[in-house]
Amino acid sequence: MSTDVKHRASSSPLGRTSLTGGRLPKWAPAATAAGSVAAGCAIGAGAGLASHIQWGLIAALLFVSASYALAAKVEGTRQAKDRLATSLVWVCFILAVIPLVSLTVYTVQQGAGVVDGTFLSHSMNGVISSEPGGGIYHAILGTLEQVGLATLIAAPIGLLTAVYLVEYGRGRLAKAVTFFVDVMTGVPSIVAGLFVLSFWIIILGFSFSGFAGSMALAILMMPVVVRSTEEMLKLVPNELREASYALGVPKWKTIVRVVVPTAIGGITTGIMLAVARITGETAPVLLLCFTTDVINTNPFQDAQESLPLYIWHQYSLGNDQTYARAWGAALVLIAIVMGLNLVARAVARWRSPKAGH
Amino acid sequence: MDTPSPTVPQDRDGPYGPHQTSHGHAAHGQTPVELPAELPAALAEATGQRGVTAPPKARNRIGDTLFLAASRGSGILLLVIMAAIAVFLGWQASKSLSSNTGHFFTTFEWNPDATPPVFGIAVLLFGTVVSAVIAMAIAVPVAVGIALFISHYAPRRLAQPIAYLVDLLAAVPSIVYGLWGALFLVPHLDGLTAWMNDYLGWTHLLSQSDGVSGSAPRNLFTVGILLAIMILPIITAVSREVFKQAPRMHEEAALALGATRWEMIRTAVLPFGRPGVISASMLGLGRALGETMAVATVLSPSDKLNLHLLDPGGGTFAQNIAAKFGEAFDNGRSALIASGLMLFVITLLVNAAARLIIARRKEFSGANA
Repeated sequence: MSTDVKHRASSSPLGRTSLTGGRLPKWAPAATAAGSVAAGCAIGAGAGLASHIQWGLIAALLFVSASYALAAKVEGTRQAKDRLATSLVWVCFILAVIPLVSLTVYTVQQGAGVVDGTFLSHSMNGVISSEPGGGIYHAILGTLEQVGLATLIAAPIGLLTAVYLVEYGRGRLAKAVTFFVDVMTGVPSIVAGLFVLSFWIIILGFSFSGFAGSMALAILMMPVVVRSTEEMLKLVPNELREASYALGVPKWKTIVRVVVPTAIGGITTGIMLAVARITGETAPVLLLCFTTDVINTNPFQDAQESLPLYIWHQYSLGNDQTYARAWGAALVLIAIVMGLNLVARAVARWRSPKAGH
Repeated sequence: MDTPSPTVPQDRDGPYGPHQTSHGHAAHGQTPVELPAELPAALAEATGQRGVTAPPKARNRIGDTLFLAASRGSGILLLVIMAAIAVFLGWQASKSLSSNTGHFFTTFEWNPDATPPVFGIAVLLFGTVVSAVIAMAIAVPVAVGIALFISHYAPRRLAQPIAYLVDLLAAVPSIVYGLWGALFLVPHLDGLTAWMNDYLGWTHLLSQSDGVSGSAPRNLFTVGILLAIMILPIITAVSREVFKQAPRMHEEAALALGATRWEMIRTAVLPFGRPGVISASMLGLGRALGETMAVATVLSPSDKLNLHLLDPGGGTFAQNIAAKFGEAFDNGRSALIASGLMLFVITLLVNAAARLIIARRKEFSGANA
């Protein structure tokens, strides 16, 4: 846009190039950025500041103020404010990228040395916490079983609720369900855990088990499935339903054979994203599955480990060996969750319902 | 089809003809296609939506009845679960509340298993609110910046991958954030904490007491920073969607009047997006209030209410539950459930408020973000 203005003004019949005012060259922001990073590092190193976060903050401050001062001098305050906003927006973006990169890199660095065949195929049974060795087999097994059970509970209920909201729901009940589904997404995970604890374990008297954890996870998963499925079902063109009715197909069969298959790609994506979300949940399993060092293949009886729980457990033991194991498990957990995310988005792209299909 | 169908128009040829004429409408001498009074209702019921031509109303199919019952039942089940959470938490909480010798809202200690039991949520309430406020103060401006970056500043080809990158931040499990926060962020905030203590200590809030200066910054401020990182994605996702919906014509009109890009955003985009940003922030606030593991790993808890935010200590509802649960007996559990109920009520109010604000723009609710 800026070049357009300049071009138009300079080629105007009056020939008043002063209309544009002065302009900084195109490379000015990049140069300012490079200059302020260098200056920030220099100041940081010169003043002997230990923390690199401070170096970055100094560089960011320098960049913002320098570009404002430069622009104000050359281009006027309105342009300077515009540049200030632009640089602030860029700084915000970089601020968000730093933790993601740092977290990923650090986890891979710390975890890569720990994860190997033994780590993946052994439990912690009989391993002294301050000694190396042991693994996460029992935790992976527990996570798979708990998340699988939670999905078995939550996916059908969530799917049917979404079908109700889109295909049947009119009136007060549907409005209430929509509102509370939205509110339910905000229920803290630990509250879901406390609910199952008070209902299933304290009142009904069952023992800690993987299944208790699954129920809490299912509560967290349901609203996410409902919302995403609802969005997908809304995208299904009405012509498909009408065509089906015109052929005399009953409503339920229309939904099962026409509407849901059309949206199945998006529904799958939503469910997988929900699975990814609950795989990393720690708080409810902490309350409901307890923790154990041995392999327990039965999710309906006795304490069971899960990956997030394992990380928490190893972290709270608090020595170098347990930290290393925690990082290894964190790496595996991130890999699983990110993998689920990537596959889910690939499915969405592969089978997205297209309008006017 | 052996019974006459009320929804079939009379001028239609076919096996229904005799039934319809014998129905007696034609005898009135009015138009032969007068429709039965119940038709609109039947139409609406049969299709479930407006604007769709009704299929011929058949006998009540057993499949339809079952399917409707199942799907409506699922919806009702969700409502029942929400109600049950409140009821069961309240029931279990009441046991310890009746035996509490302290005041639930003002007592600092947390000793529900002692005799007599003494516990209160003053410290937890303070810690929860303060850490969430710090998180909001950091996260909201940054998230609005990122949202603007994606919707209006980023090169178009970059915008989509960047949006995806920010969404990935949301996918990282909270326990991994906690591990990273405790073993990476805390040591790296040593310098910043000392610096703030030196130069901003006069604010009283951003200072360390003499006794603990130089200790690891496992404090509410660090927790706030970590929470800010964790709620960035949700605020960004919702704000971004709202900003993208800002009326194109307003933006172009502002630019045509000579506004710079920032002036255009200030006059056309931000006023339009304000309700969206507010509700996005409240969704973020809801998450920050309820976050458990990241707080539990980073904070070194104590039962002191301390206005020096850089002092280690304090606690939050969720952190307290996670930390105290393992050693809690009957009354202890009940007390923890009581504090969980408080957390539930607070997040419920915050989320309900956010939803009410956003109700006008339902499609950006961010529930699937």
